[in-house]
Amino acid sequence: MSLENPGGDKVKVTLSDLLIQFLIIGAVSFGGGIIAYERILLIEKRKWLSTDEFMGYLAISQTMPGLNSVNLAVLAGDHLRGIWGAVIAALGLILPGSLFVLIIGIAYTNNNDHPLANLLLTGIAAGACGLLAAITYRIGDEHWKHLKSVIIIACTFGLMSIAKLSLPLVLLIMAPISIYLYRPKLQP
Amino acid sequence: MSMLVQLALTFSLLSILAVGGGTAVLPEMQTLLAQQFDITHAQFVHIYSIGQVAPGPNMLMVLIIGFKVAGVVGAGIVLLAFFLPSSILCFYAGRLWSHFAHNPWRRAIQSALEPFSIGLMASGVYAVAKASIVSPVTLILALFTLYLILRTKINPVFVILGSGVLGFIYLQFF
Repeated sequence: MSLENPGGDKVKVTLSDLLIQFLIIGAVSFGGGIIAYERILLIEKRKWLSTDEFMGYLAISQTMPGLNSVNLAVLAGDHLRGIWGAVIAALGLILPGSLFVLIIGIAYTNNNDHPLANLLLTGIAAGACGLLAAITYRIGDEHWKHLKSVIIIACTFGLMSIAKLSLPLVLLIMAPISIYLYRPKLQP
Repeated sequence: MSMLVQLALTFSLLSILAVGGGTAVLPEMQTLLAQQFDITHAQFVHIYSIGQVAPGPNMLMVLIIGFKVAGVVGAGIVLLAFFLPSSILCFYAGRLWSHFAHNPWRRAIQSALEPFSIGLMASGVYAVAKASIVSPVTLILALFTLYLILRTKINPVFVILGSGVLGFIYLQFF
């Protein structure tokens, strides 16, 4: 799979259009699912990437540390306009939500122990917990059906939540074991 | 000043460790924040919940933590520290991609990291559950949300806000 445009007809994208499109995603993506918005923009609305290119970049976004949606914006931005494209796309995605969070955060910090706000947040927190569980279940997808994956998931959870080891330590223990379990098979 | 340096270091570390997305570092973040900045379990979950009703990437709530610790400057530092290191890594990984596209080890490493990050996410669920599920009502609200998100196409923001309103009504009037 090559990420070069086969015909060499690289799509022309202006930085301002890139910024505006990612600002829109950053502002309307209430409730998550940003990857889906990015897919619609990049493949369907603007046709900036082929499906193949998109899937390749999505795989890197998920493998590398960092938020998948931000990583994807960095990669798509770099593909379209080089380093400035990467900066602009990531900033566009982050800015609207940052302002939103800051405004509510300032209100929260100033009224830390408002009893009514706390009652509301109790229910919201319970809901957010349910949402997180649902997302974890969905991202796990096929992995819940494979014994090898389930063992790695269970061991990681155990070391982290029950043995209460720190994340770097858990990574040092689990990464070599899981990479060994998934090592490439020798080609005959 | 040392507080700002500490914020930058903590969130840079979390940025590099966030394999599989931000939720994977939730338990680690909670532990570090409790140790270094005296942010309690309940405060952390409240801040996390606020982040879930905001648009954009779901971990922008780290800005509130930055703001709480050191005001607007703190929020700015956290934004840079949490997003810059992982983005730079990803940028170069993208440029190396075609280099490794046919290497069987790349596939192996990705397959190995996927269940690992799911395990971390499960720990994230556990960490949030420990602080947010404090009574039978909150348990019911969490399970109901889980059910609605998995079984229907309702936007999660409405489900979470609905859960907030239901919880509010119950706790206030019953």
